[in-house]
Amino acid sequence: MKKLSARRRHPLAAVVVLLLALAATGGLYAAFAPAGKAQADDTAQSLAIDEGKKLYAVGCASCHGVGGQGTTDGPSLTGVGAAAVDFQVGTGRMPAQQPGPQVPKKKVIYDQKEIDQLAAYVASLGPGPSVPTAGQYNPQGADAAKGGELFRSNCAQCHNFGGEGGALTNGKYAPGLEGVTPKHLYEAMLTGPQNMPAFPDSTMPEQQKQDIIKYIESVNSSTSANPGGLKLGGIGPVSEGLFSWIIGLGALVAVAVWVAAHTAKARKS
Amino acid sequence: MSSNRISDENLPAEQESAHAEVERADDPFANPGMPAHRPRIQDIDERAAKRSERAVAAMFTLSMLATIGFIASFVAFPVDKIVYIWPFGHVSALNFSLGLTLGVALFAIGAGAIHWARTLMSDVEIIQERHPIEATPEVAAQAKKDFLLGSAESGFGRRKLIRNTMFGALAMVPLSGVVLLRDLGPLPEDKLRTTFWKKGLMLINQNTNEPLRPEDVTVGSLTFAQPEGLDDHNPDFNNEIAKAALMIVRIQPSEIKDKRELEWSHEGIVAYSKICTHVGCPISLYEQQTHHVLCPCHQSTFDLSDGARVIFGPAGHALPQLRIGVNDEGYLEALGDFDEPVGPSFWERG
Amino acid sequence: MSTASDEKTRQAPAGERVADWADGRLGIYGAAKGMVRKVFPDHWSFMLGEIALWSFVVIILTGVYLTLFFHPSMNEVVYDGSYVPMQGVRMTEAYASTLDISFDVRGGLLIRQIHHWAALIFVAAMFVHMMRVFFTGAFRKPREINWVFGFLLFVLALFTGLTGYSLPDDLLSGTGVRFAQGAILSTPIVGTYISMFLFGGEFPGHDIVARFYSIHILLLPGIMLGLVVAHLILVFYHKHTQFAGPGKTNNNVVGAPFLPIYMAKAGGFFFLVFGVIAIISAIATINPVWAIGPYRPDLVSTGAQPDWYLGFSEGLIRVMPGWEINVWGHTFVLGVFIPLMIFPLVLVALAVYPFIESWVTGDKREHHILDRPRNVPTRTGFGVAWLTLYFILLIGGGNDIWATHFHLSINTITWFIRIAFFVGPVVAFVITKRICLGLQRRDAEKVLHGRESGVIKRLPHGEFVEVHQPLDQGALHTLTAHEQYKPAELGPTVDENGVERKTSPVEKVRVKLSKGYYGEGNQIPKPTAEEYKEITSGHGHH
Repeated sequence: MKKLSARRRHPLAAVVVLLLALAATGGLYAAFAPAGKAQADDTAQSLAIDEGKKLYAVGCASCHGVGGQGTTDGPSLTGVGAAAVDFQVGTGRMPAQQPGPQVPKKKVIYDQKEIDQLAAYVASLGPGPSVPTAGQYNPQGADAAKGGELFRSNCAQCHNFGGEGGALTNGKYAPGLEGVTPKHLYEAMLTGPQNMPAFPDSTMPEQQKQDIIKYIESVNSSTSANPGGLKLGGIGPVSEGLFSWIIGLGALVAVAVWVAAHTAKARKS
Repeated sequence: MSSNRISDENLPAEQESAHAEVERADDPFANPGMPAHRPRIQDIDERAAKRSERAVAAMFTLSMLATIGFIASFVAFPVDKIVYIWPFGHVSALNFSLGLTLGVALFAIGAGAIHWARTLMSDVEIIQERHPIEATPEVAAQAKKDFLLGSAESGFGRRKLIRNTMFGALAMVPLSGVVLLRDLGPLPEDKLRTTFWKKGLMLINQNTNEPLRPEDVTVGSLTFAQPEGLDDHNPDFNNEIAKAALMIVRIQPSEIKDKRELEWSHEGIVAYSKICTHVGCPISLYEQQTHHVLCPCHQSTFDLSDGARVIFGPAGHALPQLRIGVNDEGYLEALGDFDEPVGPSFWERG
Repeated sequence: MSTASDEKTRQAPAGERVADWADGRLGIYGAAKGMVRKVFPDHWSFMLGEIALWSFVVIILTGVYLTLFFHPSMNEVVYDGSYVPMQGVRMTEAYASTLDISFDVRGGLLIRQIHHWAALIFVAAMFVHMMRVFFTGAFRKPREINWVFGFLLFVLALFTGLTGYSLPDDLLSGTGVRFAQGAILSTPIVGTYISMFLFGGEFPGHDIVARFYSIHILLLPGIMLGLVVAHLILVFYHKHTQFAGPGKTNNNVVGAPFLPIYMAKAGGFFFLVFGVIAIISAIATINPVWAIGPYRPDLVSTGAQPDWYLGFSEGLIRVMPGWEINVWGHTFVLGVFIPLMIFPLVLVALAVYPFIESWVTGDKREHHILDRPRNVPTRTGFGVAWLTLYFILLIGGGNDIWATHFHLSINTITWFIRIAFFVGPVVAFVITKRICLGLQRRDAEKVLHGRESGVIKRLPHGEFVEVHQPLDQGALHTLTAHEQYKPAELGPTVDENGVERKTSPVEKVRVKLSKGYYGEGNQIPKPTAEEYKEITSGHGHH
């Protein structure tokens, strides 16, 4: 202690204290801030934020407010994170075209670079989940059976047992999951877009999200097997009932008409 | 009977067709009788008949080939072989080939038989007379007489004691059968009133099987929980989870409209029964912006920010809420069982 | 070679000898009299019942096969079969054995699909068969009992279907069983007891699959088989109905003989029905239980529906408001119990209709000539109103599917069904009756003025007219063969002695109904021979 107090008045002391304080602040910040924000100093990142801000002002500000604070037409974007932006813009839901119960999936109008810039800007408004890395969402090596169990307990109630989608209240709906990329599936679970609840890592760890993605890929993709033949929408008894009436009974009635019809008579000549 | 008297007058005249045999030149609507039979091509042209014969034989032959195809497919295709067939998709080779060959084998037999009947068997229409269903008066009288005789010989009407005791015995003997059904199941007692939850049980996240901490549950998230100590190897797991299943959401305390709901929550974390109060479907279609939760079976809708009251659909009362708190180690725990029966209503619910 | 055939001719052919042997013991020749050449009329709509019959046979055949592999047990096992996305998942033996039938038994999937498709088609065929019988009045005396047999078959088929649907113990069927249990609980006083007894304790318990199994494969099909046989015996005994036409009367039946034509046609039709169902099962999946997952009472998938034939009860339960009354410490679960009671009422309304109609007409005669639906506008109107109600509820039962596929709000659809439930049948009744009357008028027109030939003729003064061709006598007869009742009247209020006659209120209702059926404006009087002659002679027709 004596040594320290002796050097307290050293001309460089103030500089050392300042450096230590800065390091502590930075370290604490690095420890507590979300991963995505850690590289905020990076010049490329700040460039992206600037570009994103410009894109934001043109495409998003009218509904979400100039600073992302939200208006009556759109929710606040503070703290939604880059993952939410990557999902909403990357699936074409944003920018929204018209008001309605729910903003539907559309053609994507920004390229991935622009989406990243927008995401960077929105992420700078407040800490939120960052865009997952391939290592996070890639389902290779995940367990489809475990994923199936998780899917049935967390997802099937809205998205149907095979991820075909389903109805919610007042015109809202849970969309079908066929053709949705693993990254977007992951982001949707992480952020809870629109009325979908979120399934954060604290209650559904990364590994489980991968299992779910793996399951969706195995049962609802263009290459997944439907051993029994036509899937009929994969929505259960309603389409099966329609099929049995129209095709089944229809074919049999046609056959019955043939069986009961009079055979052509010889022409009177 | 008066109804008979009135209606008889209002019945239409006996159908004219019934008297078709009677020549009635003055009735333009009279039944002209069967038109003359006209032969088919096959009846007059032996070559056409031969063609039909060959067609029928061809169909029966096709059926035989299809059956051979069925057996061949059964042997040739492994049970798990998946092939792509447009427009049906990636289907089981075995199911597809067996079904088609079986279908063709059966259909060809049917088609052959029908074609045979339609083109080669006689198509002369035959007229058969109908006879009244009811017996002639003599037969009816005889039957009644026989019955009365038999009945009189038995003494059934005279010996009332025998008759009445017999009715009594016959009426009582099925009771044994009813009594035997008693052990189909236990009495209800208060089984529907209690669940596995009790004070101090932690809320276990169904995904991770770990106890939940308040900070795990973020606003807008949805989590399903089951009571600590209930694991799926328990033989009664299904019976218990059918009543104990919980859904956990976190709502900003300022948005919670119901006072009791807020009291029973922990910092806005609310735990509601996942079992619909209508007929018991697991209800968990949670809309995080509206806080509405919808039942996928019959569309009952509950507002989780307002005591889970019913806002649409056939459910009769709100979802029961489980009172929760945090234990010493910082985990969410139940502060007791539900204070009302979970799931569908029943007579004794009150 | 020659000696053998000589012996045969001397001895009568082997088949005949066998028949002789059987006749000495069973009296088959006596029974065959009138059977072998029994006449059946030909009409495609008479074969709808046959579709039902043959699909029932297909169901029994495939069902027996399925019992060889299915384990009706709720013991929990960990799946280790060949379907990868289920490996290691806990499930009941019932579900696991259904997966085995689908993935490890060769042809098992096909038979399962045939069984299920045939079941859907079976009920659909029964339904349209029943509608054919209804709209043509084939239920009239002497066939009322057979109508009731048919109705019972339909109802039993619903419950056989329900119990069969529940056996695989998958997530969808388990949800259906849960619904059934919730509905049972709503029954006043005895609900909880019935539920405990049926499930052997609390839901879901360990017994329900085994219990449903014996009901599904033994009890209900056994009763149905007996009813089917009785139904067919009565069809034989009554001889089939026929439409009016030249040569056809109420006292005869015109058509082809059982042997050979009907034997070939009906027998062939069995193979056609089986063949079509087999092909459907080759190309279309039904009830993919492997994708639906095993049942757990805390899990659910959206789009939870029963098979189509219970869709109307599903609709009832979905659109009902959530009424619940608590009095004297008890709960009246009206929101569930009212639909539960309307469900049998909707069906019974159809079952008792023949008795109501015969009471209204007071007609006690036998009817073997079928009605054309247009000629009985009120009955046809009731029938269409019933169908409308049925299909409105069926739509209600799938409201979530319509919502997603037609981008509608589920709440709007539900409200639409609630209103249409009351309005739809009334509108359908009125419209149908009007259409029927219009068609009757057109028939009368055709009888009196002939058929529009499409040939336009110019008269000397320049007017254009269409040439009408008179109908031949066969067509005239067919169009005028239907009977027309006169509406019932209340008798005079005083009898011949001047004493006041009492008319019972029941009789008043009957007279009112009779007027509704046959009163002025409710049927178009068919042309009389006099009218016809006057017009044909007066105009000096073209």
